[in-house]
Amino acid sequence: MKKFYAFVQKEFYHIFRDTRTMMILFALPVALVIIFGYALNNDYKNIPIGVLNQSKDQTSEKLINRIIGSGYFVVEKSLEKPQDIPSAFKLGKIKLVLYFPAHFQKELYHSKKAQVQLIADASDINTAINTTSYLSGIINEFNAENAREINGGIQISTRMIFNQRLLSVYLFIPGVIALILLIISALLTSVTLAREKEMGTLELLSISPISPYMIIIGKVIPYLILSLLNSFVIILLGIFIFGLPMTGSISLLIMACFVYTVASLSLGILISTRVETQQAAMFASLVTLMMPTMLLSGFIFPIESLPLPLQVISNIIPATHFIVLIKSIMIKGAGITVIWKPFIILIGMTSLFLFVSIQSLKRNN
Amino acid sequence: MEPVVKVENLSKKFGEFIATNAISFEVNKGEIFGFLGANGAGKTTAMRMLSGLLTPSSGQAFVAGFDVATQAELVKKNIGYMSQKFSLYEDLTIQENIEFYGGIYGLSRQEIKDRSKGIVDKFQLASVKNKLVKTIPLGWKQKLAFALALIHKPKVVFLDEPTGGVDPITRRQFWDLIYEAANDGVTIFITTHYMDEAEYCDRVSIMVDGLIKALGTPSELKKSFDVDSMDAVFQLLARGTANK
Repeated sequence: MKKFYAFVQKEFYHIFRDTRTMMILFALPVALVIIFGYALNNDYKNIPIGVLNQSKDQTSEKLINRIIGSGYFVVEKSLEKPQDIPSAFKLGKIKLVLYFPAHFQKELYHSKKAQVQLIADASDINTAINTTSYLSGIINEFNAENAREINGGIQISTRMIFNQRLLSVYLFIPGVIALILLIISALLTSVTLAREKEMGTLELLSISPISPYMIIIGKVIPYLILSLLNSFVIILLGIFIFGLPMTGSISLLIMACFVYTVASLSLGILISTRVETQQAAMFASLVTLMMPTMLLSGFIFPIESLPLPLQVISNIIPATHFIVLIKSIMIKGAGITVIWKPFIILIGMTSLFLFVSIQSLKRNN
Repeated sequence: MEPVVKVENLSKKFGEFIATNAISFEVNKGEIFGFLGANGAGKTTAMRMLSGLLTPSSGQAFVAGFDVATQAELVKKNIGYMSQKFSLYEDLTIQENIEFYGGIYGLSRQEIKDRSKGIVDKFQLASVKNKLVKTIPLGWKQKLAFALALIHKPKVVFLDEPTGGVDPITRRQFWDLIYEAANDGVTIFITTHYMDEAEYCDRVSIMVDGLIKALGTPSELKKSFDVDSMDAVFQLLARGTANK
């Protein structure tokens, strides 16, 4: 036990004295959360819109006020006739036009249905989709609030299920956790083991009475602790800065993080048994782990939109299942009875990786 | 007197390739045994077997009284090792390196304290003991690596080209340390490519293609090959021009 303690202590010295490792551990997670949270954020505030109101009645004015009151939209321009719409978009100031045809209120009260048209600038497809969704949401709320008078008569087809305001946060926080845990666990452990090889210290360790398993466990424990710590920092950032909900069980969340971290750590060990230098370790983790996780885990591109062969690959990436777990636990508050399947898959993968990496370690000795 | 290292017909095969072919020798307590051979002659394989890292294909070897094939853990406790790379942790201080190696050899807190004080005093490291190893000169690293190889008081210490890359004066000083350890009863098992160092050994063996081609004191070997330096002996054997 004393030998083990000495080893773990040495590992912490390595970590705390290496600027690059420290940056990856402490600056990178925060930087990633901030970048994905703000720069790549698909959530909008104060979206400039144009209003073309040919009806100019009480209901349409009320609805317009309701829309402005939501805080997501500002009326930048008032249009007079439909022909003005293209030129208004060309100026690039407005993202969307809200069009009330003539007799809006009359139709609403007489025939119990009236059209309101949302015209979006589709040259920026993401913004167009998102802003129309927001607006539809508000109009639907308006419909519901005034159900007695207008009897739900304002017709819009699109509608959002979840709280649309948080959509991209839902996606990126679990993705960032998956990525960070992978970087810390797989990349850093494979590099630190490769460094011992490069420096010749592994030779010395293997001649000492400390067993190979102890070396591996001693290497892995500090990173396991730091990974779990880090995932909490990211989750807390998500909750307190970006308003991510935490509806599920915390112990389930910890278990998911733990299983995924062990999977990443065993992948890191596997890589380090195959490479001789730190650069090779870094390159191998980047290409074989980080890239697929970034691109194919559903973090950036939805899995459903991938071609079938890539969907198959996506399913053998641990992060894919981990992201599903995190989302289900945090956002939907799912219990183990609902998410046992991804959990079993992840545990299965972890055991497999652990087994393979121990085998390849044995062969190396 | 029972030899500290006893090797009998030790062989290691990798597939069809015979790295070490039935070598036999004995090394006594406190002896400085030079283990010479060209690169690829099988020295490293033999050393790895003797230190319990590789299992022999056939034959037997006992180090400090333990069988390397079946008692590798006990062998490891009783040997020290130092290589050309000096194998210190560059991002740890001298003191931390001492504590780490003491720790993985299972020394008690008090033992580590006493022995680190001994090392620091002996090499006059008091002023630099809290400096990172990467900032100290190569000669010091070499001495420190040797001191660490001896920290758990091993019966045998394996030195794998321990003087690679250091200047002749430092090398000479290093040999003083080796003599001192040998006088204290530590058996020294050393490989080197410097033939002047071979002359400092009590006995040397020369390996060629997995076989031990010569074994004896430097003066015996020079006499039997009728040359005046170990370098000449080595050249004759390693080039395969020896007719003996």
